[in-house]
Amino acid sequence: MANTTKTKSIEMKINGEVVEGDQGDTILEVAEKNGIEIPTLCHMDQLEPTGACRMCLVELVDSGEVVTSCTQPASDGLEVETHNDRVEQSRKLNLELLLSNTDVNVDCKSEETRCELTELVGKYDLDPERFSGEKRSHPKMEDNPFFELDHDRCILCGRCVRACDEIRGRSAIDFVNRGFKTKIAPPLDRSLTEGTCQFCGQCVDACPSGALTSNMRIDKGNPNEVETTSTICTYCGVGCRMNVHTRDGEVVDVSPDPEAPANDIRLCSKGRFGFDFVNREDRLSQPLIKEDGEFREASWEEAIDLVSDKLGGIKEQYGPDAIAGLSSATCTNEENYLFQKFMRATIGTNSVDHCARLCHSSTVAGLVRAFGSGAMTNSIGEIRDADTILVTGSNTTESHPVIGLEVKKAVENGSNLIVADPREIELVQEGDADIHMRQNSGTDVAWLMGMINIIIEEGLVDEEFVKDRTENFESLKESAAEFPPERVEEITGIAEDKLREAALMYGEADKGTILFAMGITQHSHGTDNVLSVANLAMVTGNVGKESTGVNPLRGQNNVQGACDLGALPNVYPGYQNVDAKENQEKFEEAWEADLSPEPGLTVVEMMNAAGEGDVKGMYIMGENPMVSDPDIGHVEKSLENLDFLAVQDIFLTETAEYADVVLPAASFAETEGSFTNSERRIQKLNKALEPKGNTRPDWEIISELSGRLGNPMNYDSAMELTNEITEVTPIYGGITAERIKDKQGLQWPCRDEDDPGTKFLHEGEFSRGLGKFHSISYRDPAEMPDEDYPMTLTTGRMYYHFHTRSMTGRSKGLDELVPEAYVEMNPADATSLEVEEGEKIKVSSRRGEIEIKTKVTDRVPEGTIFIPFHFAEAAANRLTNPELDPIAKIPELKVAAVKVEKIG
Amino acid sequence: MSQKSSPENSVQDKTFLELVEELPPERESVIPALQKIQKSQGYLPEDALETIADYTDTPLANVTGIATFYSQFYLEPQGDHTIKVCQGTACHIKGADDILDELKRELDVKAGEVTSDGKFTLTNVRCLGACSLAPVIMVDEDVHGNLTTEKAIEVLEEYE
Repeated sequence: MANTTKTKSIEMKINGEVVEGDQGDTILEVAEKNGIEIPTLCHMDQLEPTGACRMCLVELVDSGEVVTSCTQPASDGLEVETHNDRVEQSRKLNLELLLSNTDVNVDCKSEETRCELTELVGKYDLDPERFSGEKRSHPKMEDNPFFELDHDRCILCGRCVRACDEIRGRSAIDFVNRGFKTKIAPPLDRSLTEGTCQFCGQCVDACPSGALTSNMRIDKGNPNEVETTSTICTYCGVGCRMNVHTRDGEVVDVSPDPEAPANDIRLCSKGRFGFDFVNREDRLSQPLIKEDGEFREASWEEAIDLVSDKLGGIKEQYGPDAIAGLSSATCTNEENYLFQKFMRATIGTNSVDHCARLCHSSTVAGLVRAFGSGAMTNSIGEIRDADTILVTGSNTTESHPVIGLEVKKAVENGSNLIVADPREIELVQEGDADIHMRQNSGTDVAWLMGMINIIIEEGLVDEEFVKDRTENFESLKESAAEFPPERVEEITGIAEDKLREAALMYGEADKGTILFAMGITQHSHGTDNVLSVANLAMVTGNVGKESTGVNPLRGQNNVQGACDLGALPNVYPGYQNVDAKENQEKFEEAWEADLSPEPGLTVVEMMNAAGEGDVKGMYIMGENPMVSDPDIGHVEKSLENLDFLAVQDIFLTETAEYADVVLPAASFAETEGSFTNSERRIQKLNKALEPKGNTRPDWEIISELSGRLGNPMNYDSAMELTNEITEVTPIYGGITAERIKDKQGLQWPCRDEDDPGTKFLHEGEFSRGLGKFHSISYRDPAEMPDEDYPMTLTTGRMYYHFHTRSMTGRSKGLDELVPEAYVEMNPADATSLEVEEGEKIKVSSRRGEIEIKTKVTDRVPEGTIFIPFHFAEAAANRLTNPELDPIAKIPELKVAAVKVEKIG
Repeated sequence: MSQKSSPENSVQDKTFLELVEELPPERESVIPALQKIQKSQGYLPEDALETIADYTDTPLANVTGIATFYSQFYLEPQGDHTIKVCQGTACHIKGADDILDELKRELDVKAGEVTSDGKFTLTNVRCLGACSLAPVIMVDEDVHGNLTTEKAIEVLEEYE
């Protein structure tokens, strides 16, 4: 809980010097604050102290007592000795005894590898063999693809056990046995893969003796030659800062960076162990040109020439709008900025979009209408202080693992948690949620407006907020009256009592926060869903204050930045509309080019136009629509129908297979720039490696191509682009290359050099002035189950894979752990269809069919199946419905009618 | 996420659950629950540990840690009778080692193991507190003192 009172300071004496600390500090903490180093082994700042290792002993001068400084509270007037002969002797003896049955990991000396035991042995110049005794000899734990535990090197300090328990809440391991036979192990000598472990590596990073080591590092020789670069994870939108360790041109390991603002020392399995894809042999390393249906290697010169000839030719013959571009939520802000600038200024079209269209375009559309700004209103760190958290359409612990931990932390601290999701997500299964509303898929408007109806009836409206800060409340009132609980129950299946309980819980909260993701947005009425969420937050005054807000959790590492920087067909960087004359003129002057005032095509519209022959050429950077887009069968036909397709990526993806030219790009580890995470934090991506083979950073490729098309865009570095962005993007006005060198980054809006950035939005005033309530009516999903297709398909993500698996599918451990697609099916449905666990079945919709393995689980309700969309070989998106939301043009990826059949 | 479920054991689980149900469903009940199961089953079957973990809302790793820490708990089925050979100081001086060796030879087991016929579990313990009778063994609740190797073997016959 937030501690607003200033802590009282205390004065004590350490080694004769008067020093200051804060009330509540331990002796160790006071010493650390004053630069006095006391050796420790079992201590970690992020963990509760246990006083187990006895290394931090100090002597209390008055009593002569020797105590563990990590557990002993400091107090006014206390006098301690930290390094006198008595305690130093005791430390040495203690270490020697520890070593009597432990093998010191002599390969592990550097600070980076955090081998604190080896360092202490060196510091005290000890003979590890002084009390040489029987060594522990348990077989190594090698039961998982990510890390191993060598018990011979374990000093049983318990840091791994406590990190797993206190930081991650998993409790996957513990001490077993007693005395000399004690070891760290999963329960009942089972494999870690059978229990609660999520392979986040927190235990590995906590280990001070090199007993737990990542498999990547084990394979890679002497860690003393490893170089470390602090950079940003390229998976989800949390924006975890981490240290990437490299050696001989390869990523050899990853570890947390304790100065990380969004994630502290936490990473997930993908972020900790999923970066070996950078080293893969099958990375694209040379440009490819397709001839007679086969790719051949080509020089950059030849490939760029061909792309510029073809795109130039199409532009000349059919006009600029016959070309469309897909930018990438994985690429940097600088690359997204440059890509849209290229499409607008060099090609001359606004048809530039990216996969945000498929995830949060309805969020942007809805929140801009309601608040004036389409991003997460509050910050990740504020979640833990909310009284009530409403999570809907977000499988938070799997899709945004570190935010999931924040939610769990809040619950641990006493917050209420409401989950609204058709599936029993982990937050429900593990007992975190107080209320689980299991709505029928696609009926969110009804329960959200139903909650508002109850809140109004119960007098829980924040009258003052509504009066001073919003408009159009009367219209909301009328609209909400259309959603009495009985009607809501009929539509959603949520019992009246439960809806009421949830409405009261959220309505009565002093600080209520809403977290949502694709379960809200990916519908043919996604914008209505988002507007309903905004209505709910505003009616209770839960916007513009700390630990409240409407918080869309963004899917990809830089999907926020790609939107911010104008990789959208209707806006320039900073959400400046392309059809406003003054914006057009501003950018024409800045980019020295004529620009089109016509908004361009969105993702699905581009594919439709390609299918119809209106779009002739496409340039796709770092996107994989052949897996990620709805109705892949249609995407396939559209791509085949193009006159020319250029794909720029790090692997030969399912989409690149259809390209005429493939341009090999550098990976995130091989380039620099910035990413903007879900909480609007711009963080600097640092280069850990040189680009592999003959690859080049995306921004270099775009700028070369632009030059070849007669519009030179010469930049010496990506960071020069950062500074250009600040000049034309008001919300990024203070985000300079120099300022983001700070590991904390900056949160937009940040309008000038002196602006410290913005932790939460809409304080005092909404971005659009007054918050606007919207009247909403309910519509069913576009496709409802019927006789022919009697079941509902919903799609989403799972923890161990990311997006189209172009990276995680090429990460050894992640792929080994979850190598293939599966469909979740309720036991009742499995029984009536006579389908068994693991059986391959056929799932079909009006658009296509796939064969896929069954996972029988009551996570999904009867009549609904769930398929993660990551797997190309059993692609959920062969089945999904491309029906669009009329405003945001987001397709209805979350609801499709399907039929399930046994094979054979 | 991938918590092991074992529906095929549901009948047995229910039995274990019935055994512990009178205890409050909280972490503090783990040790009494382990004791109840052990008393009823003679040892702690894996399924019982899972039942206790679920019932007390305690991670299975912690329950395993507790069950393996205390010497009163067994994770393997035990013999019909438990022999405890005292290894305390007085017994040690009076030849406890010889008695232990003789029992190992006679029963063909190591300390901590169960005989192949399931009759005896042989264990060694630190001190039984009957030093005046050293060397001492205990079979179940009975104390047998002033032993020799021969007498120790004779004691076993009482439990055949």
